[in-house]
Amino acid sequence: MTGQPVLAAEGLRVEHGRRATLDVSTLAVEAGEVLALLGPNGAGKSTLLRCLALLERPTAGVVRFHGEPLDWRSAVAYRRRTTMLFQEPLLLDTTVFENVATPLRLRGVRGPEARRRVDGWLERLGISGLARRQARSLSGGEARRVSLARALVGDPELLFLDEPFSALDAPTRVSFIGELAGLLAEQPTTTVFVTHDVGEAEALADRIAVLLGGRIQQIGPIEAVLERPADPEVESFIRSGRLPRRSAPDMSDKRAPSAGRSL
Amino acid sequence: MDVLLNAIVSAVRLLLSGDPEVLRVMALSLQVSLTATALSMLVGVPLGTWLALARFPGRALLLAVVNTGMGMPPVVAGLIITVMLWRSGPLGPLHLLYTPTAIVIAQFTLAAPIVAGLTAAAMQQLNPKIRLQILALGATPGQSLWLLVREARLPLLAAMMAGFGAVISEVGASMMVGGNIAGQTRVLTTATVLETSKGNFDLALALGVLLLLLVYSVNLCVTWIQQRGRPL
Repeated sequence: MTGQPVLAAEGLRVEHGRRATLDVSTLAVEAGEVLALLGPNGAGKSTLLRCLALLERPTAGVVRFHGEPLDWRSAVAYRRRTTMLFQEPLLLDTTVFENVATPLRLRGVRGPEARRRVDGWLERLGISGLARRQARSLSGGEARRVSLARALVGDPELLFLDEPFSALDAPTRVSFIGELAGLLAEQPTTTVFVTHDVGEAEALADRIAVLLGGRIQQIGPIEAVLERPADPEVESFIRSGRLPRRSAPDMSDKRAPSAGRSL
Repeated sequence: MDVLLNAIVSAVRLLLSGDPEVLRVMALSLQVSLTATALSMLVGVPLGTWLALARFPGRALLLAVVNTGMGMPPVVAGLIITVMLWRSGPLGPLHLLYTPTAIVIAQFTLAAPIVAGLTAAAMQQLNPKIRLQILALGATPGQSLWLLVREARLPLLAAMMAGFGAVISEVGASMMVGGNIAGQTRVLTTATVLETSKGNFDLALALGVLLLLLVYSVNLCVTWIQQRGRPL
């Protein structure tokens, strides 16, 4: 890794009462990479993601974007260069077109330019036919695609994903992971995504940060972390999240969806 | 049953006769109640949203005050406003007692807590993550508030109807601060009470039917707006 990281965190700490739910001394995300924050429920993954997205105020620490420290006064400007997908699609109660156009409207982009960009993303994700439909009438998979189009329509420099596949049924999940992997391969976007699923991390990530008890226990390239866990805790978590295989995994095609291999 | 049927026939006759006094009373009822409801929306929606979303010491206490205000008896509101508008009261120099403006103030006092309380409940019903999602899409605090209000528009319209229903139908406050002066502060409810006290039950019932028709017409419009585009 060379050059300045796109995103960095230093001394990030979140306390609830006297208890620290997050304690991350350093974290750096390089341009174009996909970093998976992997860990069990309650490990602090989503809290870390919300702090990085400036959606939660940490008790202490600093987040840097292209080396510049972020504060809450610059939060809106920063969020307009990033985007976040949650576990649920969280669509607004309006049409599909209006949902996808919302980030553009919030930035003052309207008229033919907004229409062109929205239509482009709807077409790219194969949901042009849904444009006039009310969001509440969509199926789970359709709603998920609309939320992805809405997240990407603003051309974000940073993509935050908070367990975006966990609420989907298995076939939709596999297809959605494949689509996302394809989009990221086509248009590399620096991505931080939260998952408790080792298979999802294998399918999408370049690097993995394993969080246990609010701390990053190990961070590194996916092969290194999966094959050489730093300590027994990490090893135990990774083993618990992977089914035994008949042969050694083929890591050359790491963007292929492998959700079926995980728990 | 005959009495009610006669009342409906009388109400229709009153309407068709174009009696200027009846039309004036109806127009004033509509004017003061719609103004009071609009003002209560302007204050109640931001107040209710703030109470629902902000976290500060004493929030529960304030919510309880608003919720208590939702059940405030109109005569009590009328009495408080009357005392404030007396010549010796804090608002005395404005000389508003026994004017339509005084009725608007009294009705606003009744409707604002209803709108604020129901707004707070509506906002708390929204998925808490939708607020984070809206911020993550790049919304400023003002844009975020607008989108949240839009998300809660169905219960907010219901809050508006509840506020309007409470004030158009109240009589105690309007009577106390307005004085039921013919041609000036007489509204449908105070006129109905007056005619009842005079023993003119037919006319009182006809005025009551006109009041119901008025409330129904307003609520029909709001319900139509509320239900547009909703699945059957």
